[in-house]
Amino acid sequence: MSLELMGRKLGMTQIFNEAGDRVPVTVIGAGPCTVVQKKTPESDGYGAVQLGFEERKLKHLSKPLQGHYEKAETSPKRVLFEVRLEGEELDQLEVGQEIGLAEAFAEIRRVDVTGRSKGRGFTGVIKRHGFSTSSKSHGTHEFFRHAGALSAGTYPGRIVKGKKMAGHMGDEQVTTLGLRVEKIDAERHLIYLRGAVPGHSNGLVRIRPAVRARGES
Amino acid sequence: MTQIDALTREALRTDHPEFRSGDTVGVHVRIREGEKERIQVFQGAVIQQHRNGIHSTFTVRKISSGVGVERVFPLHSPMIAKIEVKSRGRVRRAKLFYLRERTGKKARIRDRRDYNKQDA
Repeated sequence: MSLELMGRKLGMTQIFNEAGDRVPVTVIGAGPCTVVQKKTPESDGYGAVQLGFEERKLKHLSKPLQGHYEKAETSPKRVLFEVRLEGEELDQLEVGQEIGLAEAFAEIRRVDVTGRSKGRGFTGVIKRHGFSTSSKSHGTHEFFRHAGALSAGTYPGRIVKGKKMAGHMGDEQVTTLGLRVEKIDAERHLIYLRGAVPGHSNGLVRIRPAVRARGES
Repeated sequence: MTQIDALTREALRTDHPEFRSGDTVGVHVRIREGEKERIQVFQGAVIQQHRNGIHSTFTVRKISSGVGVERVFPLHSPMIAKIEVKSRGRVRRAKLFYLRERTGKKARIRDRRDYNKQDA
């Protein structure tokens, strides 16, 4: 269990590393996140911190939420999320404390990023499941991007559940694992990750240390 | 300008001289061999410029032992120690791909004489 941060995907660009190579990176404006509430095994049955990300106007909040921030003595936040923590890690944090990249990912070389993928609407099987397109010639008539046969005939006599068909694609939670941290600019709350990150620019993303780091952590 | 453009702007190199397609340049490239670093010059004609912020590149073409060699350099790369403009060329288009089909006298680029400017 370790600290996680919320951020906004700013977009992709490229940077040059020490070797002079061009590296494609996604820049994420991550944190700072403020501890709004502490949950302890004694009071809540499990250990966690509730973190808030980005500011929001007090008047836009419901009365119960206003009270929540008043109790924490923090400014109102746009996003609230929980990070499970235990023991010492939990004890170190206090309500009202700000967590930035320096605190959360100082020694971390690979991270996982969770975001909401770009919505693709109702898409066909070619795009959605990577089916092959039909032949464009050889007598094909109005049958180019179809799925072909769905099943056999009398046996089984039905379509199996989970058959890949056309339908809605995207706009779902996606986690990209093991992205390499190329650069951290803690002062400006920027983290540069090699490769792509789910979702559109300005989308909310959640960053955690990689759970399955290949040979490095 | 988006935030991301503002961020990459800081990484842009402003120390390069101005040059354009048709100019002959010597690109001083840093080459790392293990621990040591040395500089190699790649000299030839600029046949293409791709201008896009930090992604900008330019292509240099030269004839090396009878074989045409083209190299694409990222303009803002730290591996480029220096760009030297050897001569200015007068050309009528931005992309000089037609040079690939030409050799010898036909592949010449006329000198650009800009009498209004002192240095050109």
